[in-house]
Amino acid sequence: MLRVPCPWCGERDEVEFSYGGQAGVRYPADPAALSDEEWAEFLFYRDNPKGRFVERWVHTHGCRRFLELERDTLTHEIHVRGR
Amino acid sequence: MRFTFAGAEYEGREGETLAAALVRNGVLGGFRSIYRGRPRGVYSAHEEEPNALVQVGPEPLVRATLVELEDGLVADPLAGKGRLVPAPRPRCDAAHARCDVLVVGGGRSGRAAAAAARGRVILVEQLGCAPLDGVQVLAHTTALGVYDGNYVVAAERGRRLWKIRALRIVLATGAIERPALFPGNDRPGVMLASAFEAYGRPAGATPVSGGFSPRVHLWSQAGGRLRWDDRIGAPVPAGELRGIECAGRLTGAGLPDAPPFALPDGDEDETFVDLERDATVADVRRAVEAGLRSVEHVKRYTSIGTGSDQGKTANVNAIRVAAELLGVHPGELGTTTFRPPYVPVSFALVAGRDRGELFDPVRVTPMHPWHVAHGAVFEDVGQWKRPRYYPRPGEEMDAAVLRECRAVCEAVGMQDVSTLGKIDVQGPDALELLNRLYTNALDSLEVGRCRYALMCRADGMVLDDGVVMRVGERRYLCTTTTGNAAAVLAWMEEWLQTEWPELRVRLTSVTEQWATAAVAGPDARELLAPLTEIPLDAERFPFMAIREGEVAGIPARVARVSFSGELAFEVSVDGRRGLELWEALAAAGDVTPYGTEAMHVLRAEKAYPIVGQDTDGTVTPFDLGLDWIVSRTKPDFVGKRSFARADTSRPDRKQLVALLPLDPRELVPEGAQLAETAELTPPVPMLGHVTSSYRSAALGRTFALALLAGGRGRVGDVLYAVPPRGDGVPVRVAEPVLYDPEGARRDGRPR
Repeated sequence: MLRVPCPWCGERDEVEFSYGGQAGVRYPADPAALSDEEWAEFLFYRDNPKGRFVERWVHTHGCRRFLELERDTLTHEIHVRGR
Repeated sequence: MRFTFAGAEYEGREGETLAAALVRNGVLGGFRSIYRGRPRGVYSAHEEEPNALVQVGPEPLVRATLVELEDGLVADPLAGKGRLVPAPRPRCDAAHARCDVLVVGGGRSGRAAAAAARGRVILVEQLGCAPLDGVQVLAHTTALGVYDGNYVVAAERGRRLWKIRALRIVLATGAIERPALFPGNDRPGVMLASAFEAYGRPAGATPVSGGFSPRVHLWSQAGGRLRWDDRIGAPVPAGELRGIECAGRLTGAGLPDAPPFALPDGDEDETFVDLERDATVADVRRAVEAGLRSVEHVKRYTSIGTGSDQGKTANVNAIRVAAELLGVHPGELGTTTFRPPYVPVSFALVAGRDRGELFDPVRVTPMHPWHVAHGAVFEDVGQWKRPRYYPRPGEEMDAAVLRECRAVCEAVGMQDVSTLGKIDVQGPDALELLNRLYTNALDSLEVGRCRYALMCRADGMVLDDGVVMRVGERRYLCTTTTGNAAAVLAWMEEWLQTEWPELRVRLTSVTEQWATAAVAGPDARELLAPLTEIPLDAERFPFMAIREGEVAGIPARVARVSFSGELAFEVSVDGRRGLELWEALAAAGDVTPYGTEAMHVLRAEKAYPIVGQDTDGTVTPFDLGLDWIVSRTKPDFVGKRSFARADTSRPDRKQLVALLPLDPRELVPEGAQLAETAELTPPVPMLGHVTSSYRSAALGRTFALALLAGGRGRVGDVLYAVPPRGDGVPVRVAEPVLYDPEGARRDGRPR
């Protein structure tokens, strides 16, 4: 089980958290200006790398804080503490 | 002490295992193999045992080598398969521990590593184990698996599940001896040389050895690499893992050279590779001759390694035999994948205390004792217990629900709706946040008013619905569906924290802080009027208004919202006074308590959808016919852009319709598929499915809601609702709102 660093609560067991998928996929500033392809890209397409991946997590059973971290999808090592 | 095996009584000794006692009593056979019924006997002295499987009371498939003898123990041999006994299993437990160093294995090197370690040290050993100064020794405890972050799960005597987080792990798991390959290597009396020694060289027994295979299971589970060691003829740990070390014979050090490997001289079909699965050298040969080159394929073809012993004595021999037959070096074949658990574990152990009423938290409302006292039949909605209906003595569910519906349509009923999720939204930007998340335009919502509102995901599909109440200049109260409360709060938080952190808003769950009773029916005013000073007439308390005041002497917020289509007031009070409110309402007049089933019928007559029942994550507001709730003036809200996608504007999207069975007594099952014709010759195009189906008191007939492809254009058509078994039921497609489509009843009894 992973140890996930929460910026407010410190390192806690993974079971306290929920996974939020790829981080850094910003909601477009003006969705109406996007083509269907661009909008579909935002809605449905996510990276799935073998290796380092910046992810969103939320401390569901703790402080409800959303956080970002960088995890190696191969070794499960967590490299960077999220903001 | 005495014990019984296969009906015969034997004398046993303190501290002995069942297997040891059997062997000491001269029982070298006593078992049968699973498929071929060959006589077998105790083969090993540890968890790798392939033959000596016993049933001990209700406990199936226990290894005799791991059973600690106790006086009066009764064990029966099993031929590879356990027997499920319908008896309650003993309550198991879980324990959590943290340590600086966890040592797995209590042999010489394990004990040395534990003694040398600093800080908090735990040692787990699957057999008995002497205490060690300054070390927490868990004897009769088997490590089942190593997970991320040096998290080890171990079973103590099959009764307690240890979950241990260690900064450092020392694996000192030793090695398992494997059988020598010769015809008849499975006969009773033949046993591994290590077992022969452990049992004190029993008379009549024949020791055999094909060499030793390190117990690399935990190392490999943790992601450690393996390399083939030619000297011992088995894989050993290779490379490094952070925080995990290997010690002693696990590394291959100190193990004897393997005897030279050769295929058996004699009948290969009598030469066993996997004793528990009755698989022989001949089986491996058949697999290789069938063209299989990978050990994973050989495993699946022969079933070697798939027994409850997971091939502990078999797998390395299988690799060696396959390599020999293929003419390759065994190191080239690799190994099959090692997965937890290392030994079989019972479901009772995995469940621990999470059984029966402790399986899942139960949430009840403050009014719950009243519901129980009044005979409510409950249903689970998420973790909540909600009254489904309140049967009178001798009354069936259908009759009770029709009576409750009739009371709401013709007089007055009351329902406990405290379980609805409630989120307090506060701050100068509260309106902005809600405008971005709900499809409605909320700017015009005044303080003291509320609005039915819908939320979509960014893909335009309905996420949740509820009522948004403006309770202050900068304060809103949003209700959610009962089962969705936590998800909606998380959804709002996610947008607020990750996309719009500049918005000054705070979100708080207040579901439990408020208890709410819905008072619904044409006589709702008459019931409430004596309990409150709040004017209830339609002029001073219009639809979708909120009033604050006292009800039954309790400070209350009253909202004129209706999920039944009838005149209704939802009265909310401090959760701690919910029961008091409910009892006061019940005593105020002839009011019928109604449950979720009647509520479902009443709302379905009005085609009010239930998110999660009439929707499934593929349904837009337009599919539900809720076009009016989607703002056309707001520049953006979550989901808006998706309504312009080609997929969401297809004319053949599934749309919410009502269905009227041609036989008004026939109830179509929810989930039934809709087909064009009664004749079902595959392939049958599936046009949609029934999402809700009820008997209506108001309509005097059955009806259903369904999602139907191009549904709104098919009103009047006759289709067939096809249940999983049986013939299709003819139904006529109708406009979704079947009852009071003008909404005349929401202000009270129509004049």
